[in-house]
Amino acid sequence: MAKNKVLIAGLAMTLTAGAVLAAYQRLVQPKYMSDVVEGNLIADYYSSGMDHDVLFVGDCECYENFSPVTLWRNYGISSAIRGSAQQLIWQSYYLLEDTLRYEKPKVVVFNVLSMKYGEPQNEAYNRMSIEGMRWSSSKIGNIRASMTDEESALSYVFPVLRYHSRWSELTSDDLKYYFGAEPNFFSGYYLRADVKPAQKVPNPTPLTDYAFSDTCWDYLGRMMQLCAENNIQLVLIKAPSLYPFWYDEWDRQITDYAEKYHLPYVNFLNDDKLEATGIDFETDTYDGGLHLNVYGAEKLADWFGGYLKDRYDLQDRSQEPVLQAEWNDICARYDAEIERQLKNLEQYGNVKGEA
Amino acid sequence: MLFTDSLFIFGLILLFFVYFLIPQKFRWMLLLAASIAFYAYSGWTNLLYIGATAATTFFVTKRIEKMAAAAKDAVSAHKSEWSRDEKKAFKEAEKKKRRRWLILLLVFNFGMLAVIKYGAFTMNNLNGIIGWFGERGTLPVPNFLLPMGISFYLFQTMGYAIDVYREKYPCEKNFARLALFVSFFPQLIQGPISRYDDLAKGLYAGNGFDAERVQLGVQRILWGYFKKVALADRILPAVTLLISDPEQYQGMYALLGMLYYTLQLYADFTGGIDITIGIGQVLGIPVTENFQRPFFSKNITEYWRRWHITLGTWFKDYLFYPVSVAQPMLKLSKWSREKLGKNIGKYLPVYVSTIAVWFVTGLWHGAAWNFIVWGLLNAVIILISERCTPLYNKFHKKCAWSNSRPYDGFMAIRTTLMMGCLRMFDCYRDVPLTFKMFGTMFTMWNVQIFTDGSLMKLKLTAADYGVLIAGTLILFTASMLGRKGSVRKRVWERSRVLSCCLTVVLLLTVLIFGAYGIGYDSSQFIYNQF
Repeated sequence: MAKNKVLIAGLAMTLTAGAVLAAYQRLVQPKYMSDVVEGNLIADYYSSGMDHDVLFVGDCECYENFSPVTLWRNYGISSAIRGSAQQLIWQSYYLLEDTLRYEKPKVVVFNVLSMKYGEPQNEAYNRMSIEGMRWSSSKIGNIRASMTDEESALSYVFPVLRYHSRWSELTSDDLKYYFGAEPNFFSGYYLRADVKPAQKVPNPTPLTDYAFSDTCWDYLGRMMQLCAENNIQLVLIKAPSLYPFWYDEWDRQITDYAEKYHLPYVNFLNDDKLEATGIDFETDTYDGGLHLNVYGAEKLADWFGGYLKDRYDLQDRSQEPVLQAEWNDICARYDAEIERQLKNLEQYGNVKGEA
Repeated sequence: MLFTDSLFIFGLILLFFVYFLIPQKFRWMLLLAASIAFYAYSGWTNLLYIGATAATTFFVTKRIEKMAAAAKDAVSAHKSEWSRDEKKAFKEAEKKKRRRWLILLLVFNFGMLAVIKYGAFTMNNLNGIIGWFGERGTLPVPNFLLPMGISFYLFQTMGYAIDVYREKYPCEKNFARLALFVSFFPQLIQGPISRYDDLAKGLYAGNGFDAERVQLGVQRILWGYFKKVALADRILPAVTLLISDPEQYQGMYALLGMLYYTLQLYADFTGGIDITIGIGQVLGIPVTENFQRPFFSKNITEYWRRWHITLGTWFKDYLFYPVSVAQPMLKLSKWSREKLGKNIGKYLPVYVSTIAVWFVTGLWHGAAWNFIVWGLLNAVIILISERCTPLYNKFHKKCAWSNSRPYDGFMAIRTTLMMGCLRMFDCYRDVPLTFKMFGTMFTMWNVQIFTDGSLMKLKLTAADYGVLIAGTLILFTASMLGRKGSVRKRVWERSRVLSCCLTVVLLLTVLIFGAYGIGYDSSQFIYNQF
């Protein structure tokens, strides 16, 4: 065979295999539309206008407890949440770094619950935090920091290596959303309109060691430095979730750290904050105190919006046409989603509308 | 490092590119560097063992060859002076000296293997024997980590040394080149046990790029990966489950375990060998075939001519024949003819040699009684089968239908099942337990497990069964088609485009249907443990 023919044949084989694999990869990658919808949270950000004054970074206590729509409606604050399930502190750091490539918010709010995890935890959560990110050095950093022992970096570059065997679990969603997911979040907020009062909150188990790991402190320091370099105010918060339990020993460490570096720290679990926000765990949670529902998230956002506006000179931008157009769309979808969920609750007894 | 590690796969692709880009004379050096790196990855200390084998073999074979040459020179120099008997005596004496060197080499290397691989087994058994006499066994039990592939490279290298001693070919004068022969990386995991005269030429030739060879080699590699990751690793969880809880999984479960393990072992071992041969083919290095459709064998003797061929021929050439013609064996033959009659005297040495070879074959597989019993049972079946040959011949002569294709199929299935039963020793790794589990296949008739959904509770889903059944059918079809010669070659000869499509399909099949990544336990090759 002539050299050229060999080259062409080799190239054709590689391209054909590559094309088929790429098409197959798209098919088997989870679409996160019906189940575990949180898997689409991170990618959702890139479809926004990327013009936010407040950025929330953190885990489910962020993306389920604060309603950006309320911040917009009540204060004209454009905000976004970059959060994913059990988002670890380094994932928050790299997501912040990634966000700063596109915009510079005035305030970054970080929920400190993830300080409890000093090591990579769970591959499924890693995937949800990382796979939605656009490729950048931040994504690579996130992969390197997050991988558990059983994971391989290569499978983040070629997800087909991870999902290759999903062919036996494909559903109609995989075909329906082959070319992309439908937006089902509201500036990074995951909306739930159902109510499940907090009745049986598990008792906290005493720990042998309450000290946060060096890794977590390191990333908190890096986050602080990144914000300082970009002239952004970092605000530490502990969202009002009753469990996982937030120990006093943990709270003291964060309080001391915040004092040392002159950072504001708001613990919404404190009685005065609960009273000020008006959170009622009988009506404002959808899963017995783990996360707030939309009513709780709106209450929290309403109080927090006032807190931020007073302290950090955030302007009411509700009259800016570009933002107005974007938020009008988000608000309309938000209202429609509440209506849909309430309808489903009434008809089926659950928000998903499952018979 | 596993063949399935991404590091290995990327390293291999890189090696292929670099191999064909560098000048021909440096190619074997690249292979040596790759082999050292590959071996060092399994532990730097392991390099000491393989290095010791290469160094001692290099030194001794050179010495033996030098001695042989000197002896020949001496005979030619005294051609006219020495009588025939004198020449013979001189040659014998010289040969004895060379034999001493060879024995020294064999003792050193096999001694190393004995201590590392069999030290703990021996000491444990000695402690057990001491215990019989009421004493508490207190002999120290060594605990060595078995260097990767030691049973394979050592046998290959000792075969080379014996061949040099037998003056089959001249020894290798360049230490680095010999080191490459000893350590050629694709063979280190699980063989095959190549012969120097088969392997060396291709190893040092540095053959250039050849489209057909590379294409067929890549296809062979992918075929190997298909067997390993789509079949062997997919069925592994079920096999592990079935053998890990013998109390629960008895009767038909034991039968299932036996059948599953048969498929796993076949796909695992032949898959690994396919990858090895494929790598060799891409590089232009012909590696000896180790299998020839073993499950098409009509009896166990034939099976062992088709399964792990290189180990069988090694034992035949370097153990069976030398033992059969050794002085003690000849004396035994003479004695038995005189004392036990002509008939027994004729067969006794053969039986002793056969049993000895199978005892060692069992030991080669592992330092445990289950392997020894497995080896001896193979010997017993083979010997009985040999003795019954006249009866079989009579039967085939009398019953014409027994010479038909269906009967051949029946014999192949019978052989496969028989080998599967013997392999149960390999599964349970405990002699009494193996016999017990074998017995439950006949005493516990829990056939309902095939219909009541129990099969789905063996860590295999319907999709897994689908892949396994389809994969087994593909293996069977490929074996059938392979009887007329290489399928890949025939496809290539028919159409280059079709051949390219086959490569792409194989690649996609491995990537899509392979059991790898999270959720799967990509296991070490089974034969790498031996």
